[in-house]
Amino acid sequence: MALLEIDDLHVSFKTVDGIVRAVDGVSLSLDGGRTLGIVGESGSGKSVTAQTIIGLTRFPNATITGQIRFDGRDLVSMPTDDLRGIRGARIAMIFQDPLSSLHPFYRVGSQIVEAIRTHEDVSRGTARRRTIEALRSVGIPSPEERFSSFPHEMSGGMRQRVMIAMALALRPDILIADEPTTALDVTVQAQVLELIQALRDDFGTAVILITHDLGVVSQMADDVAVMYAGRVLEYAPREELFAAPEHPYTWGLLQSIPRLDAPRTERLSPIAGSPPSLIRVPQGCTFHPRCPYAPPPAFEVEPELKESSPGHLVRCHLPVEERKRLWQSLQHEHPALR
Amino acid sequence: MGAYIVRRVLWAILLLLVVSFLTFVIFDVLPSADPAVLRAGRNATPSLIHQIRINLGLNKPFYVQYWNYLKGVALHFDLGYSYYNTESVRSEIFSRLPATISLAVGGFVVWMLLGLPVGIVSAIRPRTILDRVMMGGSLVAISAPVYFVGLVALFVFAKGSGLVNWFSGAGSYVPVTQNPGQWFGSLILPWFTLAASFAAFYARMTRGNLIETMGEDYIRTARAKGLRESKVIAKHGLRAALTPIVTMAGMDIGLLLGGAILTETVFNIPGVGRYAYDAITNSDLPAIQGTVLFGAFFIVFANLVVDVLYAFLDPRVTYA
Repeated sequence: MALLEIDDLHVSFKTVDGIVRAVDGVSLSLDGGRTLGIVGESGSGKSVTAQTIIGLTRFPNATITGQIRFDGRDLVSMPTDDLRGIRGARIAMIFQDPLSSLHPFYRVGSQIVEAIRTHEDVSRGTARRRTIEALRSVGIPSPEERFSSFPHEMSGGMRQRVMIAMALALRPDILIADEPTTALDVTVQAQVLELIQALRDDFGTAVILITHDLGVVSQMADDVAVMYAGRVLEYAPREELFAAPEHPYTWGLLQSIPRLDAPRTERLSPIAGSPPSLIRVPQGCTFHPRCPYAPPPAFEVEPELKESSPGHLVRCHLPVEERKRLWQSLQHEHPALR
Repeated sequence: MGAYIVRRVLWAILLLLVVSFLTFVIFDVLPSADPAVLRAGRNATPSLIHQIRINLGLNKPFYVQYWNYLKGVALHFDLGYSYYNTESVRSEIFSRLPATISLAVGGFVVWMLLGLPVGIVSAIRPRTILDRVMMGGSLVAISAPVYFVGLVALFVFAKGSGLVNWFSGAGSYVPVTQNPGQWFGSLILPWFTLAASFAAFYARMTRGNLIETMGEDYIRTARAKGLRESKVIAKHGLRAALTPIVTMAGMDIGLLLGGAILTETVFNIPGVGRYAYDAITNSDLPAIQGTVLFGAFFIVFANLVVDVLYAFLDPRVTYA
């Protein structure tokens, strides 16, 4: 029985331009202590999926259907008052830009103290001690002094460490990391990822890692879901996804990663076109307007997410053999993909 | 911080110099009437007028007049004597200050108590009927001039002149030391009149700021921590949204301490604003000069206080 199970989740927002179908039938599952990577471009619905888990998308103009099962309860239908007890305490979340995600007017220590005291009836002194301990555990030097710093007095990497300390202070079962390294310097990115990995291994926290960067996912995810236009297009264990990807969109993502070991003559091949509007999603396969291999049915009928081999789900009309053949010829053309 | 304040004070003094000089120049270039003739009264002989002119120093070039004036202000805070009734301008202003402070501070309390809650409720329930009604009403209140609102208030609510005899009308002001009850009653209509447009403006500002703040990432973080929504709004939203409002409030109260000319005139409250109004009517240069300088002082002072206060409210701001 999985720790968290998302079942046929739909999230849409009513706007002046029309209904935005941000998430359209997503099913995913996460086991304890594991890491699930969700990859996709901006507007693929990956962040909305993650934020919906703890009800952060419950805006007046939002419609949310489907189920998110956690600990035997459905988080979608759970009243916000009950969900609040889970937020931060059992499922914690960190965000893309740690500067804007921390309140500029409060000291970082007091922001963590607030998180602890929201869920646990402990004294200020105890909360303070635990906060300093949490700051220490994420590798912040002289945490007693840093407790009283304001966010703007810290570097980007330190700020993200503060966010992680806040998220892990209550030992949650799940940490949702929404593009945790996107706003950081490349040198700091690796440190923050290593930190998340180390904490996951130490505390057994399951991680949902949302990113547009396949490199990040290849470092630390156990399973990977590739999202596009509010749907999962491919869902597989990491080794499988990188060794034998089956969806043309995944191929495109892999091809657009710059690689240092690639021959200098090789050009990056970005995916042609741009992601579709979520108000008017293309008919048929949502990816077909950008897909160089789309077979005729893709223009009319949306493919199902089907298992092509055990544990490997793909949403594509191309026959499995055809997909294998195309991937091999792509690898032949672009040695970097091997 | 200390050096910053010293620098700001020096700038303030320079600003006050410029203000007083401009007032003097404008009065010299555009005299609304000859003060000596006004002072002499009806059927004055030319020699009397000439004598008065010499007594008041009006025969000297204006820069000499200005220099003498400046010396008086700088050396012993002497704002001169009224051309109109030879009273000391300084003591006239100080004797009227309690009325102006009563009006300004009371009005401030009323507009904050009205404006902030309305703005907050509107921001929390945007685009609801309640929000639209309150924001529509505030637009009306902003658009209506004080003298119009004041006259309507008198016409509707004032004892004697109104449709209903609820509150004391114009000219009923007494100092608080004399009769606190009557003081309070006489100021109810002026307070609300003065507060109406301010309250409306503050409501709209509060609404806009709070809506913007509630879209910030740190609000999402606060929710993700599991805080209840009331705390998210009160502790995380308002803390950021109200900071600019506090500074604006400081400036506005500084402005009003210099005299609320229209409100004081409509309700015949013997404050600094009313004094300025009379001074202008009587072409009484020392009184005009004194009230302008006095008003400018409060504005500059409020500015300084607000800037220093801001560093305490927003830790990102530092002064060097």
